[in-house]
Amino acid sequence: MIEIKNLTKAFDTKKITDNLNLTIKENDFMVVIGRSGVGKSVLLKQVIGLIKPDSGKIMIDKQNIGKLDKKELEQVYKKCGYVFQFAALLDSLNVFENIGITLLENGVSSENVRPLVMEKIRSVGLSKDVLKKYPAELSGGMKKRVGLARTLMLSPKIIMYDEPTTGLDPITVKLIHELIQKTHTNLNATTLVISHDVEVFKYAKTVSMLHDGKIIYTGPAKTIWECDNPYIYQFIRGLGEGPIKAII
Amino acid sequence: MVFDVLNFVGKISINTCNRVGNIGLFFQDAIVALFSTKPKLKKIIYQMYFVGVSSLTVIVLIGITVGAVLAVQSYEGLHRFSAERFIGPIIFISMTREFGPVLTAIMVIGRAGSAMTAEIGTMKITEQIDALQTLRIDVQQYLIVPRIVGSTIILPFLSIFCSLCGILAGFFMSVHVLGINPEMYMESVRENVMLSDITNGLIKAIFFGVLLSLICTYKGFITRGGAKGVGIATTQSVVMANVTIFVADYILTSLMF
Repeated sequence: MIEIKNLTKAFDTKKITDNLNLTIKENDFMVVIGRSGVGKSVLLKQVIGLIKPDSGKIMIDKQNIGKLDKKELEQVYKKCGYVFQFAALLDSLNVFENIGITLLENGVSSENVRPLVMEKIRSVGLSKDVLKKYPAELSGGMKKRVGLARTLMLSPKIIMYDEPTTGLDPITVKLIHELIQKTHTNLNATTLVISHDVEVFKYAKTVSMLHDGKIIYTGPAKTIWECDNPYIYQFIRGLGEGPIKAII
Repeated sequence: MVFDVLNFVGKISINTCNRVGNIGLFFQDAIVALFSTKPKLKKIIYQMYFVGVSSLTVIVLIGITVGAVLAVQSYEGLHRFSAERFIGPIIFISMTREFGPVLTAIMVIGRAGSAMTAEIGTMKITEQIDALQTLRIDVQQYLIVPRIVGSTIILPFLSIFCSLCGILAGFFMSVHVLGINPEMYMESVRENVMLSDITNGLIKAIFFGVLLSLICTYKGFITRGGAKGVGIATTQSVVMANVTIFVADYILTSLMF
């Protein structure tokens, strides 16, 4: 379970998260929505420990990750996987090396890593032909899948996705969503997705909305289209009028 | 007016202390990583190869030209006092003590140090370094330690190459162009050059290797702001590393000679 309590983070004078509270239950599939630039990625990076909050607590399985040192954070990372917005593949390594990097860097031989990489690459719907390719030779959708395969190598209990479908065509978006759903079910993992994409509601269990540094709504994804919260109503329908002010 | 000046000086002082402190902490992390985790030998060897091979040609060229210039300039000065016999020791000592290590460091900064900053900076802004952290990979051991260790090991060898090229070019110029007796030249070198002239130059090269790689990797590691940020970080790292080398050279020269 992830519990976020009174989380505050500011860059210069701008508060990105402002006394934010959010609880993600074990095995939940939560989507956090919000406008571009509202601080969704910063929130996720605080949860994983890549950005230190100014104040507040982030508890992952009852451990306050804001207070952990480097070694203790590594233990948290054992439970958590993070899929980056643009995959963040290491561009000097090929796909095989990218996916197997954690094991390879810990001294496991390529021969022993190969079957595991093959299993993960199949699970994300890619063929073994991509293994020798470099990130620059892959399409956006392939990169995201390789990024997911790399995360799955660590069999995480909690998987976080930072805008997994940004910049992809509708068909690939559907494939990625189905892949996230399949991974969630197969690993029985807690899934936290940051997205703008309303299509993801079909797969999620819970939806939260981030606005002005706070979570202003949390509710079930199945009934989101019937929700009468004015922020949710405006956001998911893409309306110009409502409580969310247009940024020109 | 006075308060404005004090305010300005204070800000600069605090910023400088912050920077030096941050580099110190960064170096401390690298040292801890070096001794607490298994060193990545392949990566260290690759960095030695990268720094060494990429800089070798330019170092040889610089060594040759500086050695030749030293011969001509020294001859011009010494000839006035009929002291041409000292041209050999002057070239030898200048190359091993000063020009070898300093010119090598400057060339490596321009050739390999800037590449280190640009590579690590690009990894930083494209979240590759964040990805390494979430994949439980020690970023210091993976990215920083091989570069610092590789540069520190290879710089003395490059410095030897540079000095050797300069000495040979100086000898050639002195004997074949300026008409100095080769036996007198060699005898004067034997009489006046000490082993410490060579070893202290190598110690300098080791220090320069640590400093330049530390600054260049650090600047890459704190890069922000996209492609423009990488450009700025690379320029800053080259300037900062060069200035540091000259300051360190003065301090080390004062201490050693």
